Amino acid sequence: MVVRRNAGRWGLRAFALGYLAMLLLVPLGMIFYRAFEHGFGAAWDAVTTADALHAFYLTVLIAAIAVPVNTIFGVGCALLLVRSNFRGKALLNAVIDLPFAISPVVIGLSLILVYGRFGWFGGWLFDQGIQVIFSVPGMVLATMFVSLPFVAREVVPVLHEIGDEQEQAARTLGANWWQTFRRITLPAIRWGVAYGVVLSTARALGEFGAVAVVSGRITGQTQTATIWISQAFSKFDTTGAYTGSIVLALIAVTTLLAMNIFKRKEAPR
Amino acid sequence: MSIIVEGARKQFSDFVALDDVSIEVPDGSLTALLGPSGSGKSTLLRVIAGLEQPDAGRVLISGNDATAVPAQERGVGFVFQHYAAFKHMTVRDNIAFGLTIRKRSKKEVEDRVDELVGLVHLEGFTDRYPSQLSGGQRQRMALARALAVEPNVLLLDEPFGALDANVRKELRVWLRRLHDEVHVTTIFVTHDQEEAMDVAEQIVVMNDGRIEQAGKPNDLYEHPRTEFVMSFIGPVNRRGALFIRPHDLEILHVPAPQAEEAMIKRIVNLGFEARVELMLGDGQELWAQMTKDEAELLELVEGEIVFARPRRAKVFESNGEARTDELAVA
Repeated sequence: MVVRRNAGRWGLRAFALGYLAMLLLVPLGMIFYRAFEHGFGAAWDAVTTADALHAFYLTVLIAAIAVPVNTIFGVGCALLLVRSNFRGKALLNAVIDLPFAISPVVIGLSLILVYGRFGWFGGWLFDQGIQVIFSVPGMVLATMFVSLPFVAREVVPVLHEIGDEQEQAARTLGANWWQTFRRITLPAIRWGVAYGVVLSTARALGEFGAVAVVSGRITGQTQTATIWISQAFSKFDTTGAYTGSIVLALIAVTTLLAMNIFKRKEAPR
Repeated sequence: MSIIVEGARKQFSDFVALDDVSIEVPDGSLTALLGPSGSGKSTLLRVIAGLEQPDAGRVLISGNDATAVPAQERGVGFVFQHYAAFKHMTVRDNIAFGLTIRKRSKKEVEDRVDELVGLVHLEGFTDRYPSQLSGGQRQRMALARALAVEPNVLLLDEPFGALDANVRKELRVWLRRLHDEVHVTTIFVTHDQEEAMDVAEQIVVMNDGRIEQAGKPNDLYEHPRTEFVMSFIGPVNRRGALFIRPHDLEILHVPAPQAEEAMIKRIVNLGFEARVELMLGDGQELWAQMTKDEAELLELVEGEIVFARPRRAKVFESNGEARTDELAVA
């Protein structure tokens, strides 16, 4: 009996590992292998061209705008959803999840309809000298849209779990709304916020569909890292495409590591 | 400072939590709000604290209308059943919270915290986090935190409800003593009548969002105005319209006027006290309470037929009057 149960357990482990290997590890490993196929120098040169550097700069810039905005919005939404009661709460709850449900390409197209030069709001903006579509503002908007739900979805369950008694206690002790939020609520939800930020960042860095639609893919101007990689690949610049992928992955992994280091530092409680 | 609530109403969708409630709590007193769950006692406490806004009625704290004053400006200390400890702060920072919000000087905060730590006997625990404390210690920390800002009023919502029986008893005595030392007007909510009788100078009995009766513990026990108060404060037997305390039920070996035939079902010895469970001819069950010595003197045996006679009983008339019948003079 024991032998059979052990066999079952080993079988399950082998299956889980094999599944992950075929789906994730082998393809990612292949990218590593192919990137450095022609030596480190070739890989370095491929991702340090002016266009490539600009693409990475743009990706980081867009994430640096979209993630903080979404963090503030996400925490605010989570507080609204958990701590207050109002008409339309169910609607807000549903709308926040829309970016999960809709394909990024559709999101990109819908942004063009509104903010494009011939869209109903974009025409007015264009007259004010602000071009949204085929330009960086539109790409930031698209990125914000697709990474909108992460912070709120991470924070809502944490707010539920901590309850509101600590906040009430702070209020009876004389704290106003802001003091209560900053000194009680925010420290209590900080890890939920941190996970939300990491997920948002990963999504923002990796976004392709919506940004590709609204960017116009102008080389050296509106090309993000993902767009540059896909273009390099379609031009048979495989070294560039694979090395670019690795750089992108490294940026994302760094944010994850940074959070884990912060967490480790604070851990012993 | 005195607290007066006038005609407070509070409704949660279709549940009436407070139905025209008025109470008066004298300055410096220790008052218990006693009632079963859902009786509105916690809602009343939260209305006094400003954590809940009444639909109608007023709250006066030392004569001033505080109904519209937000919780953070009412100067109340509130203690929650589940402590509401600030989990990411040490005991010291928890207790200091109200003072740092008020931007008191570092020295002042430190001195005050040290004083309170002594008052609640948490010396040596100041650098711990709430998760490293026992329930009783957490609640004492919460009390110190509430007292730190020198509140006008101390409000405690089932403060010992989440604690073990032993710790409860200990903290009860301790709260009583603390009140003698600090003299702050204190209201605590409880569903435990023994706790209310033990600690409070005044008890307000609540049921179904209304005040049933308010008064000194002994008055409520001796002169309950309603059936509810009679049966909620202390044990009671019901026989038709009569409400009989178990210690007012006499057991005789021979028939007597007003005595009913009964069979002894069970005798339970609880140390000093003995409970005798009886079954009457019509199947109704009553119980009598006596000292162990009395029970031994009567030489009662389980299964024996005896005669039970109330010495004293209460009758609650339909017009709201309560009457005590002295049925037999012992």
